[in-house]
Amino acid sequence: MYQNSGVLVVYRKAVHGDSRIALFLFTWWQKGFLFFRMGIRKRPFYRDFLTKTGQNDYPLRSTNELIYCQFMEATGAEIVVRCLAEEGVEFVFGYPGGAVLNIYDEIFKQDKFKHVLVRHEQAAVHAADAYARSTGRVGVALVTSGPGVTNAVTGIATAYMDSVPIVVVTGQVPTPAIGLDAFQEVDTVGITRPCVKHNFLVKDVKDLAATMKKAFIIAATGRPGPVVVDVPKDVTAHITDFIYPDTVEMRSYNPVVKGHSGQLKRAVQMLLDAKRPMVYAGGGVVLGDAAEQLVELARLLGFPVTNTLMGLGGYPATDKQNLGMLGMHGTYEANMAMQHCDVLLAVGARFDDRVIGSPAHFAREQRSIIHVDVDPSSISKRVKVDVPIVGDVKNVLTDMLALLKQAKDRPDAGALNAWWAQIELWRSRNCLKYNKQSPIIKPQYVVEKLWEVTKGDAFITSDVGQHQMWAAQYYKFDKPRRWINSGGLGTMGVGLPYAMGVQLAHPEAQVACITGESSIQMCIQELSTCKQYRIPVKIVTLNNRYMGMVRQWQEFFYGSRYAESYMESLPDFVKLAEAYGHVGMRIDKPEDVEAALKEAFSPALKERLVFMDFQTDQTENVFPMVEGGKGLSEMILAEEL
Amino acid sequence: MVRRHIISLLMENEAGALSRVAGLFSARAYNIESLTVAPTEDATLSRMTIVTVGSEDIIEQITKQLNKLVDVIKVMDLTEGAHIERELMLVKVKAVGVGRDEMKRTSDIFRGRIIDVTEATYTIELTGAGSKLDAFLEAIDSASIIETVRTGASGIGRGERSLKV
Ligand SMILES: Cc1cc2nc3c(=O)[nH]c(=O)nc-3n(C[C@H](O)[C@H](O)[C@H](O)COP(=O)(O)OP(=O)(O)OC[C@H]3O[C@@H](n4cnc5c(N)ncnc54)[C@H](O)[C@@H]3O)c2cc1C
Ligand SMILES: Cc1ncc(C[n+]2csc(CCOP(=O)(O)OP(=O)(O)O)c2C)c(N)n1
Ligand SMILES: [Mg+2]
Repeated sequence: MYQNSGVLVVYRKAVHGDSRIALFLFTWWQKGFLFFRMGIRKRPFYRDFLTKTGQNDYPLRSTNELIYCQFMEATGAEIVVRCLAEEGVEFVFGYPGGAVLNIYDEIFKQDKFKHVLVRHEQAAVHAADAYARSTGRVGVALVTSGPGVTNAVTGIATAYMDSVPIVVVTGQVPTPAIGLDAFQEVDTVGITRPCVKHNFLVKDVKDLAATMKKAFIIAATGRPGPVVVDVPKDVTAHITDFIYPDTVEMRSYNPVVKGHSGQLKRAVQMLLDAKRPMVYAGGGVVLGDAAEQLVELARLLGFPVTNTLMGLGGYPATDKQNLGMLGMHGTYEANMAMQHCDVLLAVGARFDDRVIGSPAHFAREQRSIIHVDVDPSSISKRVKVDVPIVGDVKNVLTDMLALLKQAKDRPDAGALNAWWAQIELWRSRNCLKYNKQSPIIKPQYVVEKLWEVTKGDAFITSDVGQHQMWAAQYYKFDKPRRWINSGGLGTMGVGLPYAMGVQLAHPEAQVACITGESSIQMCIQELSTCKQYRIPVKIVTLNNRYMGMVRQWQEFFYGSRYAESYMESLPDFVKLAEAYGHVGMRIDKPEDVEAALKEAFSPALKERLVFMDFQTDQTENVFPMVEGGKGLSEMILAEEL
Repeated sequence: MVRRHIISLLMENEAGALSRVAGLFSARAYNIESLTVAPTEDATLSRMTIVTVGSEDIIEQITKQLNKLVDVIKVMDLTEGAHIERELMLVKVKAVGVGRDEMKRTSDIFRGRIIDVTEATYTIELTGAGSKLDAFLEAIDSASIIETVRTGASGIGRGERSLKV
């Protein structure tokens, strides 16, 4: 006799005749099964999400429609794992510990997704984050309670600031021990609350499957963001019926995705009446997969476009209409056009303080602003806008395009030509020029060569600092989701784990991590993870022996008093790379840069991680630069020093 | 213009929901004058009244940020329309000698109720808008106040105006 009680789920191909199931169940009943209730849930396709044949599984072969029969009674740990499998998760980045051992035991028994063991929980979350950024799918990390969670917080906050959809499953001490200062207890929901889109503490195993579903829905929809699911250890051991819901209704969560039609009409008219138009496109275009619509709109109207740091690749960098990045380290032409335009179309961008400089200075010029954002709280937060449009950028741009195509008016060609002439004048300042004759390696040169060697088609991750800005300025991203960096939180240490997440998601792609000698040391332990999983990323270290970005500020604003920004006692990165089983290269001369990059990306080293240590100019600074508190048009340019 | 606003909201009656709201106010440095919360006739819902002070821009951000919380179902700025505001206050005062009668009279004027009495004290219950409660405290001799407890404001729209799921 079978002692199991639970839900029996019969999977069959969606064909005709439910009578066969009834017949089949009858045979099982004869074998001693008792059925208490029966219902049929429709699924579009048969999904074999479990190949494991454990004690709860009964492969059925009697009719060709019935594929699988299974008792869906499961422990909390099994439920977590099955939910992840149901979501189609490919990779779980994690690190085990007491509170999650039940879950790890289930991971051991399954083969639907791959678990990637990182060397520090921060890296697990970063890697999941990069997986999400580069694919558009939800990234997943799994960490244990207490220190596992606190280590993960930096990763969670990083994803939060850049609106990246991830689900982080965290272990928790058993429910009866919560609040008793138990071993490895922290208030995970409390600690992560300010840096998640939402979080859950699952106290009852019956809520687990629905909570997992909610977590994935919340992470991926509306303005994306991280969701934490905290699961106490006893809950992972408790048993309940398991059915993974196709969806879960949440009356309190209904993001607006369609733009208001009246506002759309006003916006379109405003665009058509513009004399000095400007499109300011942010990370929302990348997150919302709306690059195609953006390009179509900008080309149709012939308007100039600028991208934020997070929006790079949302509009092709090599396109004539692209003025490059704007903001603190934006191009002269982008910042001037932003300041002097008369109609500004802001899409999926949030008027960050690193983008518009002083709001008061920005407001000095008269301009009408149309702002498209899925999050109402991004609108009129720092800058008052004239036409707010709440909605998903892809929907909104599609609707705008339809209206534009219907419209009889066209933008005033004369005015547009004059505006472009002005822009070209600004562009001719050639603000990104640098000394190519230097006997010392210029960091900009390395990035330019990297772009050439990879034919502009690599995924580039970066850390935080000067190298990040040079990567943004000199690697011309023509496609979205190719540029993976921490903009909002500015987290040093993301570069290498980001590269891991990207490379695993895109095994055939070229993936390079542009980093600094200081940043790379913040997650250097991941060289070991790369060894274990043979992750052949190429690390491009722009080694200036300084926390260059800090040094630059000290040079400009602190009388060149370089307090604690010199990087002493650097390791020999070549030997370090070799110690981890990778290939190391040190490059000292400009003439060797190209050859080194070519070798690193050659077929011979395709399967290897290559750590390139470029000894770059210590004194180089990032230009243009808008000082904090200054206006966008008040840039410091390279030639002015 | 900086003004006092009464914001009403309905949210899922779940553990931690209150701390999400409180956390939002402290994390974003918004003012919070009072906050009251209790379940509604539908036990799955909590109704919260928040009294805050801020410019139009700040209040707009506050309502947007509140709406953004996943547990929050509806938000209404009561002060945008006709509304009723009530707060409950319990005051324990010294009530001896000539002052004892005087205290009773003042309480009556404010439609207070004396709900507990000893030889030397009264405990007075008072409801009304916050300003009325303030006025009562002004009206009595401050030296006679032993203890005050206030609930913070609750608010509701006037007439047909209502906040419902
Ligand atoms: C050292 C350093 C220097 C920096 N310098 C610069 C600089 O010079 N220039 C610069 O631009 N940045 C710079 N940054 C980055 C800056 O701090 C911000 O992270 C960045 O500007 C924000 O980009 P964004 O406005 O595109 O918004 P994001 O942070 O990308 O936010 C996306 C916006 O789009 C919305 N959104 C998301 N999905 C959708 C959707 N589907 N539909 C509609 N809307 C959606 C979101 O609600 C949000 O408002 C720098 C960062 C560092 C660390
Ligand atoms: C975790 C963390 N700590 C401190 C900072 C502040 N910070 C920003 S850039 C920077 C220096 C980065 O140095 P490096 O990685 O060598 O890059 P470089 O600027 O030299 O290119 C520092 C310390 C930060 N962004 N993140
Ligand atoms: Mg450096």
